[in-house]
Amino acid sequence: MFADYMVNAWDVATIVAIVAPVVGFFVVLRGSAFVAHAVPEAAFAGAAGASLIGLNTVVGLGVFSLGASLSIGLLGRRGRHDVVTALALVLMLGMGSLFLSWSTEYAPEIYSLLFGEVLGVSSNEIGITALLGALCLAAVAALYRPLLLTSVVPEIAAARGIRNHRIDMAFLAIVALATTTAVPVVGALLMFSLMIGPPAAARCITDEPLRTMALSVGIALATVWASIAAAYQTDWPIGFFVTAFAFVGYALAHVLRWAREGYARIRARKPLPGGSAA
Amino acid sequence: MGGVVNAVFAPGFFHSDPVRTALIAGAIVALVSGAVGVITVLRGQSFAGHALSALGTLGGSAAFLVGVSPLWGFLTSGVVVAGAMEAVGTQRRRGRDVATGLVLSTALGLSALLLYFDTIANSTTGVTITILFGSLFAISGITVPAMILLSLVCLAVLALLYRPLLLSSVSAELAAARGIPVRALGLAFLLLMALSAALSSVAVGTILSTALLIGPAATALRLTRRPAMAMAVAGAIGVISTWAGIVLAYDSYHWAPAGKGWPVSFFVVAVIFTLYLVADLGTRLQAARARDRRTGSPAAAQPLATVRSS
Amino acid sequence: MSGDETTLRGDVLALEGVSVWLGGRQILDEVSFTLAPGDFAGLIGSNGAGKTTILRIIMGLQEPAEGKVLVDGRRLGRRNRSVGYVPQKVLIDPDAPLRARDLVALGLDGERVGPRIPSRRRRQLVDEMLEAVDAARFADARVGNLSGGEQQRVLIAHALISRPRLLLMDEPLANLDIRSGQEIVDLLARIACEQHIAVLLSAHDMNPLLPVMDRVVYVAGGRVAAGTTNEVVRTEVLSKLYGHPVNVLRVDGRVLVVSGSDVSLEAVPRQPQPGRPAAEATGRRGGGDV
Repeated sequence: MFADYMVNAWDVATIVAIVAPVVGFFVVLRGSAFVAHAVPEAAFAGAAGASLIGLNTVVGLGVFSLGASLSIGLLGRRGRHDVVTALALVLMLGMGSLFLSWSTEYAPEIYSLLFGEVLGVSSNEIGITALLGALCLAAVAALYRPLLLTSVVPEIAAARGIRNHRIDMAFLAIVALATTTAVPVVGALLMFSLMIGPPAAARCITDEPLRTMALSVGIALATVWASIAAAYQTDWPIGFFVTAFAFVGYALAHVLRWAREGYARIRARKPLPGGSAA
Repeated sequence: MGGVVNAVFAPGFFHSDPVRTALIAGAIVALVSGAVGVITVLRGQSFAGHALSALGTLGGSAAFLVGVSPLWGFLTSGVVVAGAMEAVGTQRRRGRDVATGLVLSTALGLSALLLYFDTIANSTTGVTITILFGSLFAISGITVPAMILLSLVCLAVLALLYRPLLLSSVSAELAAARGIPVRALGLAFLLLMALSAALSSVAVGTILSTALLIGPAATALRLTRRPAMAMAVAGAIGVISTWAGIVLAYDSYHWAPAGKGWPVSFFVVAVIFTLYLVADLGTRLQAARARDRRTGSPAAAQPLATVRSS
Repeated sequence: MSGDETTLRGDVLALEGVSVWLGGRQILDEVSFTLAPGDFAGLIGSNGAGKTTILRIIMGLQEPAEGKVLVDGRRLGRRNRSVGYVPQKVLIDPDAPLRARDLVALGLDGERVGPRIPSRRRRQLVDEMLEAVDAARFADARVGNLSGGEQQRVLIAHALISRPRLLLMDEPLANLDIRSGQEIVDLLARIACEQHIAVLLSAHDMNPLLPVMDRVVYVAGGRVAAGTTNEVVRTEVLSKLYGHPVNVLRVDGRVLVVSGSDVSLEAVPRQPQPGRPAAEATGRRGGGDV
């Protein structure tokens, strides 16, 4: 399981497990789950197109995910993206199906782009993944405060001179970058669960933004490492394990919160004031 | 004249059985999707609509394993998942999207496993692509009566729930105040979306059926604000797009690069997206012109201000 | 040009002949008023009178077609740290992992790009600010789980921590019960006095503000009358502002603005509507008093 050809898999999965939840923290905070789901799927078309003309798949992923997220940002109206997201998504996927019909690739390659293939990562791809991942983290670190402010209280952010639309576009670009980093590993359909699952679980447990982020990275690392091990043992697709473990983590976090609230209620010997409904 | 007709409709177009099935099935699917799609867009539930159809992948791949028509797989998984989404989801918009996303990704993970088993069991690798991207030409004639029946059910339920659905999408509180069981209604609509997603998944595949659901509806809502009218327009746009897609795909058998035809789903999506862009651009231009006309007075006042400050 | 003049007078805020059109309709018509440090002013007017537009103009979110706005004697760009703002209704997701103290800390430099360096000084500043608005009790609770009045305090702390010269509040009393509203008003009056900043607070009912308000900026139909309460809330001044006769009545220490045969609390309709009994409005006043 720790043989030479597996080392790459562990490395690259670790990078993805750090980048995806950090970006995902803001995805969950802003409630833009649909965008985070659509951009990776759109990127898939880029990968198919790149392989058609003999380019590196990372180039195709990058171009298409960036194109999808920027067009979503530009065509969206008054911060509402859902219709445009759906349309951009299906257009990109339609192109994906066209590229697929032209290409002579075998279905397993397509399958692995959609559902992930950790074992197929080569050493020089690790370099790119690490670089993109670092870029992504740097961008989040740079925009951390305005991003947090626009996500929680957009009215105040505007009054402080933050241009919400620009932050929105920057955020979409960051999602595209994270997508390019992660899709070759966990697949277009599943990287999303790594973005959403761990932060959604972590925010049940802690109240502080940075701690939530750190905790979700922890959960994601555990998820990914366990998934590699399980996939290695069973030979089943890794994507299945990633989503399953991410969901289990989310469910456990909810159980934990429920138990803690129950305990607090018993200790206080009276109903929680207000509970979660403020 | 005959030359033009021959250039558009390649020889043999109207005599081919798959083409006839595709034209009928495409029209049915487009009509249902258009009607359901208008309500979906008005309720801001595009993501749920997409999730329900993408989740059909789970049912579709299971159906392949068992050996029944994928339509039933799409349908069963759609209904189950609609229930799950309602159970996990909250009333808040943000929470709802996260819940939708989690159910969606978990089910997709499961379908990854099932597709893997499909590939092992049948040693045919095309299953993934058939389920995900579909093909109107691959619909078997036997499925068509079932599709017609299901779409009639779907349209009937929609007609029955039309007014409360509309009211609750404008304001959930208003609907609740009038005694409408908003939650049950939400579940009913999720089921309707699942039904129409199942139908369109057969036609254009699970991940592209969103195009038929959202695209024509969004275009129609750019053109008219009246919901009933928008449903009719959306249905018409859907039918035009699918038929145009079928014609183009049929013609493309002689096109570069492979000479084996471009996928019909691509053409359908491309036509839908183009129509949306045209409608969106048109309304934006119109709005800009109207704004110019209305802001006549401040523009006239602008030079006055400069004179004052200089 | 006249910037020097206003600085000499030491005004925190000066609006000079500000006019605004939106969609061909004139929203503000030659609005002029000033606020000095320590002023606690009410921006009073009915819905649609132009209160929010005045606030947006002061924040620099909207450009006036005519006239100018000076804060501390200077024209404002988009990024101004001398104006703090608390919006009317903020919906904060209860699931968002953000504590009250995190939101207040974002008030220090939330618009800045680049990583934040945590320091003892920052933490101390945040603690002091939370203490100052009586929010220390729930400093570590999630903002989304707090009650309306508690959230209001946190947002005030958020706005004040960057030491603005002027604090704008959009309808702070609209969503609060009477007691929490009174607490917020007292808190703001104290802060205006202690920190020597001007507070401009919009409201459609001036009565809760009467005991603490130094100045009133009365808005009606896009025009403004400003001054002390006694200068402005008078029959002849408001009649001129509204452009038709109104009466200002003082009953039990409360002020009623009455127009024609129609009586209502502060909200005087543009056109007098004859035929509605005055007793109805009196009944409303009684209801509001409880």
